[in-house]
Amino acid sequence: MSASVLYDTPGPKATVRNRIYAVVGFLAILALLALSFVRLSDKGHLAPEMWDIFNYAGIRQNIADAVLATLKAFGLAAIGSLVLGVVLAVGRLSDHKPVRWLATAFIELFRSIPLLITIYAIWVGFLTDYSMWALALGLSVYNGCVQAEVLRAGINSVPKGQGEAAYALGMSKTQVMVSVLMPQAVRAMLPTIISQLVVTLKDTSLGFIILYPELLQTARLIASNTQVNGQYPYVSTIIVIGAIYIGMCLLLSALATWIEKRGRRTKTGIAATVNTEPGEASSLPL
Amino acid sequence: MNVLLDNFPEFRDGFIGTVSITAVSSVIALVLGVLIAGLRVSPVPPLRIFGTAWVTLLRNTPLTLLFLVSFFVVPEIFFPGMSPFLLGSLALGFYTSSFVCEAVRSGINTVPLGQAEAARSIGMTFSQTLRIIVLPQATRTVIPPLSSIFIALTKNSAIAGAFSVTELFGWQKLMSDRGYAITPVFIWVALGYLVVTFAISGLFWLVERRMEVAR
Repeated sequence: MSASVLYDTPGPKATVRNRIYAVVGFLAILALLALSFVRLSDKGHLAPEMWDIFNYAGIRQNIADAVLATLKAFGLAAIGSLVLGVVLAVGRLSDHKPVRWLATAFIELFRSIPLLITIYAIWVGFLTDYSMWALALGLSVYNGCVQAEVLRAGINSVPKGQGEAAYALGMSKTQVMVSVLMPQAVRAMLPTIISQLVVTLKDTSLGFIILYPELLQTARLIASNTQVNGQYPYVSTIIVIGAIYIGMCLLLSALATWIEKRGRRTKTGIAATVNTEPGEASSLPL
Repeated sequence: MNVLLDNFPEFRDGFIGTVSITAVSSVIALVLGVLIAGLRVSPVPPLRIFGTAWVTLLRNTPLTLLFLVSFFVVPEIFFPGMSPFLLGSLALGFYTSSFVCEAVRSGINTVPLGQAEAARSIGMTFSQTLRIIVLPQATRTVIPPLSSIFIALTKNSAIAGAFSVTELFGWQKLMSDRGYAITPVFIWVALGYLVVTFAISGLFWLVERRMEVAR
C-alpha cells in the first residue's frame, strides 16, 4: 500500500495517527457487532435450541435436497445460457441483416427486463406445473443475453488478421467461426463467463417466488414451520443458508480467478482486459 | 390495452413505487458505497479489512437472501416496526453499495500516481490534491459503470415486489391473480421498467457530457 494516489508513505506522526484510527475503527466495528449479538440474544435467537434444529435428520435432509435442487436448476441454466449465448452472439455478428436485427432486439429486450418478471411470466404463462423448467428457462434467457454480449466482445477482440487469414486459406464462414474465432473468444473471456455463472447461481434464489423448492424457499419453509421457544428460527436458518450460498459462490469465483491467473501465465492468449464493457455488465448482478 | 386501462390506479401506484424504491436505495447505495470505498483505500488496516469483508460478503450473497435478512433479522436487532418499503430499500441499497464501492475504488485507482505526486510537488495540501486533482478525474471514470449499476438496481427492485412492497412486479402478480392473460401484463410491466432505465441512462448521459473534457 505504499504506492497510492491518496496518501504518501506515512511518516512517524502519521503512523501514530493511523494506529489511533486503527484502534478506534476496530473498536467501533467490534461495538457494532457486539450490539447486534446482544440484541439477538435478548430476543432468544442465539439460544442453543435455535441452532439445535440443524441436528435433526429431517432438516438436514431438507437442506441437502434443496442444495441439490439449486444445483440442478443452476446446471440447466448454465448449459442453457451458454448455448443461447453462442447462438445469439453468432446471430448478432451474422451477415444477414434480419438475423442480426432479431438477435439484437432479443438481447436488448430481455437484458433490460428484470429477470424476476421474465421468470414469473414464463411460470404463469407456460410452465405452471414445471417450476424448475420455468426457473431454468428464465435464467437461460436473461443470462444467455449477457453471455452473448460477452462472447461478442471476445470475438471482436480477436485480431482481424486471424479471420482474414482463415478466409484466405479457403475456410468457410462456419469453419472460421468454429475453429478460429470462437476458441480464442472463449479463452479470452473465460473469467468473465464464469463470473456471470456466479451471478446465475445467485439468481437461482429467485426460484422461491415461483415456489421451486430451492435453497432459499426451503430456508423460508424451515424457518416458518418450526417453532422454537415460541419463536421462528429465522436468524439461525438465514445464517446457515447464507453461509452455504457464500461458500458456493466463492468456490466458483475462485475458479474464475484461478483460470484468469493460468491464462495470464500462458502468453499466447489474447488480452482479456481490452474490453471493459462486458466485464462491467457481467459483474453486475441481477 | 384493457388490462392497463381497467387497472390504471394500481399500475400508477406500482410505477411510483418502483421509481421511489429505486431513488431511495440509490441514495443509500451511493452514500454507503463511497464510504466503504473510502475505507478500502484508507491507510488503516482494520478499516480496509472491514471494507473488503463487506464487499465480499454482499457480492456473494443472493439479493433475495438479503431481503430475508432485512425483513426478518433487522427488525429484531435494530428497529422493530419499520415499513416494508424502508426495509426493502435497505436490502437493495446495501447490496448495491458493494458494487458502487468497487466502481469508485477502481475509479480512484485509474488516476495515475504521477498526478498526485505532481500536485504534492507544487505544494498542494492533501485536501487540495484530493479536491482539485484526484477526485474530478476519478469521478469521470466512475460515471459509466455507475450508470449500469443503477440500471441493475432498478431491475433488482422487482424482488421487493415479492416482499409486499408496492411496485411494478406486485402489479404483475396482482393482474395474473385476477386472471388476466400474462402476455399483455408482461408487456406493460416491461415498458414501465424500460421507462425508468431509459431515464437513468439519459440522466447519466447528460452528466457524462457535462463532465467531458478533451484529453
